[in-house]
Amino acid sequence: MSPGSSIHMSLKINGRDHKLLAAACDTLLDVLRDKLGMTGTKKGCDMGACGACTVLAEDRRIKSCLALAASYDGRSITTIEGIGEADKLHQLQAAFIRHDALQCGYCTPGQIMSGLALVEEQPANLEAIREGMSGNLCRCGAYPNIVAAIAEVAGL
Amino acid sequence: MSGPLFQYGRAASVSDARIQALKPGTAFLAGGTDLLQLWKSGAMRPAAVVDISRLPLGDVEFIDGQLSLGALARLSDVATHPDVTRYHPLIAEAILASASGQIRNMATVGGNLLQRTRCPYFRNDQLACNKRKPGSGCGALSGQNRQAALFGTSPLCVATHASDLAVALAALDAEVEVLGSEGKRRFSLRDLYRLPGETPEHETNLAPGELITGVHVPNATRFAGCSTYLKIRDRASFEFAIVSVAAALQIENGKIVEARLAAGGVAPLPWRLDQTEAALAGRALDAQTIAAAGDMAVEHARPLADNGFKVALLRNAVIRALQTLESRP
Repeated sequence: MSPGSSIHMSLKINGRDHKLLAAACDTLLDVLRDKLGMTGTKKGCDMGACGACTVLAEDRRIKSCLALAASYDGRSITTIEGIGEADKLHQLQAAFIRHDALQCGYCTPGQIMSGLALVEEQPANLEAIREGMSGNLCRCGAYPNIVAAIAEVAGL
Repeated sequence: MSGPLFQYGRAASVSDARIQALKPGTAFLAGGTDLLQLWKSGAMRPAAVVDISRLPLGDVEFIDGQLSLGALARLSDVATHPDVTRYHPLIAEAILASASGQIRNMATVGGNLLQRTRCPYFRNDQLACNKRKPGSGCGALSGQNRQAALFGTSPLCVATHASDLAVALAALDAEVEVLGSEGKRRFSLRDLYRLPGETPEHETNLAPGELITGVHVPNATRFAGCSTYLKIRDRASFEFAIVSVAAALQIENGKIVEARLAAGGVAPLPWRLDQTEAALAGRALDAQTIAAAGDMAVEHARPLADNGFKVALLRNAVIRALQTLESRP
């Protein structure tokens, strides 16, 4: 493929196929939010430090602000919109509510997507959850409750 | 927050990647975790990126004692690969001490080795930096240099290399395999990097367009039960090293047969402590030997105004790493 300033690409997001024209410089985060209107995924630092933009690509958690959209052409993406519904929450979403694992809620979609992937990695103990969640910041400081919610779903 | 627009192309093959990258202003895109930060901060302004992430360079293989890491192997896959955890736990430890879970899923071996320095003067395009803008001066030399290097610096640049993986690989005498216009070549990882000298903008010995295709670790399984990666940083996780130490020993009949020591966060490249290694050989790993190794590791350190604490930190990190190995059964 010779270099170009835009690319016709496709993404399978939450099981649904999307075709779109992305600019060469667009991040996956910007495509999700600005081109597809899927604003559940949040933009925090936009530099890979805060984790608010965490989504799953081929079931692995990534930071969508550091993912060049064009590079994910044809890939399968899961966002916060794809894991539960208002009347049928994912068990990790329900656990976040039960454990009061949020205050302002801005980081929560990223925390939940990251936590989902971490549960699949089968953390051995609470320390492994704290270490495994270090890519997600919470300015409100809800960390103990976030760890507790993930621990419950991980069976710890 | 972003830099000037760039074009996007996808490499059809390894040789196509190399040819596309010969065009000035072209950067390889693998995981993108560093490139996108550099572009957003204005520290790098590529005219085009060549996406190499789909090239078949992602395998991890262990054959006849040699570990081979494809340049595009993801850090998380390397760290959890059964042959890596079994025969090269030093590599797994160094990777798991790096970045965050999300970034390890994206970042690649080749990209990790070629990540740019975290020196704040390099990362901010408003500040003076000879590495980013030759001739603009080194802001860190007389400015904030708490993170700066102790060894291998020049009056033009005092930045450190940020990779943990490179420190472990340097300790294990790893080699890099690259593809250039003359075909493939393979050389020591230690020769991948250049000291800043008069040209801090030239960080590696790669020719334009030359692409790292893999990393090979020679048989080092004799160290597997006796190695450790110690990383000291400002917070417990998701942070770059202030000082790190990769240590591996082969001990027989109570004597050190062979020692490997490399330090991170203290030099423009992974810093092998050759002299200290030589001094350890033939000795028993006791308190006296360990203390002497700590002292020797910091000989010739040249601290600046704010990073003198790193001298004591490196000495103590070497001591603690060796104590960890001493206490192993």
